[in-house]
Amino acid sequence: MIEIDGLTKRYGDKAAVDGLSFVVEPGVVTGFLGPNGAGKSTTMRMIAGLDRPTSGTVRVNGKHYPDAAAPMAELGILLDARSVHPGLSARNNLLALARTAGIGRRRVDEVIELAGLAEVAGVRAGGFSLGMGQRLGVAAALLGQPQTVVLDEPVNGLDPDGVRWIRLLLKSLAAEGRTVFVSSHLMSEMAQTATRLVVLGRGRLISETSVEDFVGHAAAGGVAVRTPEIARLRQVLAAPGVTVIDDGTDLLRVSGATAEQIGTAAWREHVPIFELTPAHASLEEAFMQVTQDSVEYHAGATR
Amino acid sequence: MSALGLAPKGPAPTVAGPVTQVRVIRAEWTKLRALRSTWYCALIAVVLIVGLGAAIAGSGAPYHVSASNSAAGAVSISLAGVMLAQLVLGVLGVLLFSGEYGTGMIRATLAVVPSRLPVLWAKLAMLAALVLPLSLLAALAEFFVATALESARGGSAISLTDPGVLRTVAGAAVYLTVTAVIGLALGALLRKTAGGLAVFAGMFFVVPIVAAYLPHNISGFAPYLPSNAGGALWGAGKLFGGHQLGPWAGFAVLAGYAIVLTGLAAWRLRRRDA
Repeated sequence: MIEIDGLTKRYGDKAAVDGLSFVVEPGVVTGFLGPNGAGKSTTMRMIAGLDRPTSGTVRVNGKHYPDAAAPMAELGILLDARSVHPGLSARNNLLALARTAGIGRRRVDEVIELAGLAEVAGVRAGGFSLGMGQRLGVAAALLGQPQTVVLDEPVNGLDPDGVRWIRLLLKSLAAEGRTVFVSSHLMSEMAQTATRLVVLGRGRLISETSVEDFVGHAAAGGVAVRTPEIARLRQVLAAPGVTVIDDGTDLLRVSGATAEQIGTAAWREHVPIFELTPAHASLEEAFMQVTQDSVEYHAGATR
Repeated sequence: MSALGLAPKGPAPTVAGPVTQVRVIRAEWTKLRALRSTWYCALIAVVLIVGLGAAIAGSGAPYHVSASNSAAGAVSISLAGVMLAQLVLGVLGVLLFSGEYGTGMIRATLAVVPSRLPVLWAKLAMLAALVLPLSLLAALAEFFVATALESARGGSAISLTDPGVLRTVAGAAVYLTVTAVIGLALGALLRKTAGGLAVFAGMFFVVPIVAAYLPHNISGFAPYLPSNAGGALWGAGKLFGGHQLGPWAGFAVLAGYAIVLTGLAAWRLRRRDA
């Protein structure tokens, strides 16, 4: 579990993270979204104790992480920027980290295998592609079988096979009861993997919710309806809060009523319906709406 | 199969134990041993010490021990390669930290040792454990090669048991070890290889040379410069002349630099964002 309370990080008079509070629960994958520069990586570095908060607290599994007796058992982290030594082989990079916690070679070989790096384990990491570097970083994060796993842009640079691997990995980590906190720019990827969402804009919390609610709350496109009897359908649906927009195509756009309500009402009055399609906002649309608002709000507020 | 290769029910017991100083030392040794730069620097330092010593002993007039030319003085002169080796071992020290900042590995290192200071102590211990025996062996090898060459050319036979000789040979090794530690502290403090090297070279080469040309009334600080003070331990002052501290006072001053810089490095490592 990660508990963040009133977390603030200032560089000079610019706040990279501003009064952030949220909780990342174990057992589910929590996605961390926000435009570039929203403060995601800074937050993740503060979780790992690499950056010191200006104010506020971060607790990992109920503890102040830098005080943890066995840090690798508590937290495994993949940071955005590369954090491996190019002069060391993949195996030695992992071994150097493993040694600090008394983790043996067998476990190192296990995560090498798990990350699909067995064939390049002896190769110096400097020659690695971005994708292989990511795999090595993920392997490092898993090394200590940590209770909490934090990954910054894990699918960055991965091939489709690697993306699939990360997706399955995150879900099974969560299924084991671990806390999984992942940032990504790939909304479609996040929609498939995450259950919960923490959305950040300009260093502030915009939303802490489930993926379902986040998408549902975003102004959806309503329901697209095709019928030969437009006028009668309007009568049937007439109610406060329901709008029917006829933009001249043969598809009406109805908002303020669900597809189920529209279908049932039309069936009762014998209005034929040829098509009835709920137009869900995608996670990407929802994200754009929500963060756009925050950007505008903050831009206005600083004037 | 579970993601971590464990039984699928509930969070598995972890393989990760507590961080201890010994474990962090093992981790740092894993890095130091596997990096090519370590062995390049070590090899170059040995070649400089032994090679330059052999060249000095094998050329010019053979050395004759007398009241004004001590046996230890001859050893100091032939150890002149130490002056170059210190730069190479200083680089090794700087790189130990700046290399991690430059590549970003420092974030991985400090994320698994969030209390941070054990990393500094481990690097310090590993560096000293490598440089001290290495430079002692190099200085001893240089001593035997140089004395063999000198006596073959008709110079005085000098033995390790002659007054001040052992102290000079061992002193050179101790001097190199402390300078490497100063390099390490500079690397941790400045975080940049270029910056660390520039300050190191400034401290050990530029300032002492400039000081040697300053008028006497303002060059009073010269004996307290790290290279001059530490040089007193192995007689380097005799190479350049001028007032110098006694061997142990000089060593204390050199160690003072190392302690203060290491203290600053520890403070910065603890306080600043990685």
